[in-house]
Amino acid sequence: MSDALTDLYEPLLELIRRTSTDLPRDIDEAMTAAREKEEPGSAGENVFNILLQNIEMSRAGTSPLCQDTGMISFYVHHPCGMSQLAFKRVAERAVAAATAENRLRPNSVDSLSGESVDNNLGAGMPVFHFEEWEMDEIDVHLLLKGGGCENVGAQFALPDVGLGADRDLAGVKRCVLEAVHLAQGRGCAPGILGIGIGGDRMGSYELAKEQLLRSLTDTNQDRVLADFEDEMFERCNELGIGPMGFGGKTTLLGVKAGVRNRIPASYFVSVAYACWAHRHRRLVVSKGKTEII
Amino acid sequence: MINLQIPIDEKTVRSLRVGDQVSLSGAVLTARDRAHKYLVEEFVEALQPNDDERENLLRIEQRLQDGVIYHCGPVVNEHDDGRVEFVSAGPTTSIREEGVEAEVIERFGVRAVIGKGGMGARTLSALKEYGAVYLHAIGGAATFLARNVERVDGVVHRDFGVAEAMWEIELKNFVSVVTMDSHGGSLHDEVREASASSLSGVLASMGQAPVDKQQR
Repeated sequence: MSDALTDLYEPLLELIRRTSTDLPRDIDEAMTAAREKEEPGSAGENVFNILLQNIEMSRAGTSPLCQDTGMISFYVHHPCGMSQLAFKRVAERAVAAATAENRLRPNSVDSLSGESVDNNLGAGMPVFHFEEWEMDEIDVHLLLKGGGCENVGAQFALPDVGLGADRDLAGVKRCVLEAVHLAQGRGCAPGILGIGIGGDRMGSYELAKEQLLRSLTDTNQDRVLADFEDEMFERCNELGIGPMGFGGKTTLLGVKAGVRNRIPASYFVSVAYACWAHRHRRLVVSKGKTEII
Repeated sequence: MINLQIPIDEKTVRSLRVGDQVSLSGAVLTARDRAHKYLVEEFVEALQPNDDERENLLRIEQRLQDGVIYHCGPVVNEHDDGRVEFVSAGPTTSIREEGVEAEVIERFGVRAVIGKGGMGARTLSALKEYGAVYLHAIGGAATFLARNVERVDGVVHRDFGVAEAMWEIELKNFVSVVTMDSHGGSLHDEVREASASSLSGVLASMGQAPVDKQQR
């Protein structure tokens, strides 16, 4: 098994390269559609024009779409028996190599000394989430999430008397609107929201972030959440914050929500904000073959 | 589009208004979190600069007098022969420097700060008092903007790390928008107020309690 994982070095390096430079198509398609809604000649339309050019230039020239190549998170689903330690070792090698070839910025900083590490490794970096499943495939979903959008994420504990948010879906909606309003353009709007309802503090954030791994075009299997996503998408865009916070029609490109059970005393709502440069791709390893999606 | 050549004089900078699109050319210094901390600790708060920092101070003063700070932590290609290229170089979030930017503007005679997301009341007040503007570059447009970095002349404190070092760069036709001017105007304040009013409307139409400013 460990030999098979060593073979993942090249595919993982390619996964990092692609994720940093080649934005998923569903996002540029949403941006192209959103550009049409902005007033001709407006600052908002101009932002879209530059962003769409940037996407094409990065794809063609293979330079990082955004200089903040972010926190590097691997979400791995694997069959029974795969060594997680062996996977970490090979993924860390790929991260260091991608940094050396400038597909990733040296982005790992010692939180106490302030010293920058030149290979993107270090305590807690990169981040790994492992989940065993019954299938034979290894599915590696990589997320590169920059600091500007990570910093505007928010968590609420309901009830929140100040917001008038009670422990129900109406309260959750109030929290989401608050988070988007507080973020303004600072998360590099137009953004994509991942929302976690329930869980404990950590589980709620984790759930929120996992929603960001979904395609913008999917439909939530849960009817209540599907309606919630549609409503929040529409309402948040009515705030008029617009691209980069310059004012305009498009504040968000998508809203995705998930739910977990909670204990009676807690009701957490977490909002993970992804910037427009939402860099995530999957590597699927099946019967010795690899494919990047 | 207004073409601005660095160094920029006070009269020119005071003629700029929120909403103006500018194309910037000339010598710029990148500085973000660690650099701002350094600039303030070494050259504002210290009674006199540390001897080891005198040469750096001269280089920084030369670049920032009537000059421009860029909130940016680039991806760079450092070639073996010492040549350096910017690969990806969009703006980083500026609000983190709110606590010290006013002092940096005053101390060094900065005429423009490029970043993203806007800044707060202290900086806005410094822009007015000393004659400077805040220029909003397009966040995340890093490959696009790196092409407007014509040359990298040098670096101050490379030991801060690639993202935090102060890179001495030469811009050519770098596009941004004035979102805070020297007359107290701030697009960020305008959009925040307008979106707060929209939020009240949205809450009302959803049958939710209105925003209660007393409790927030």
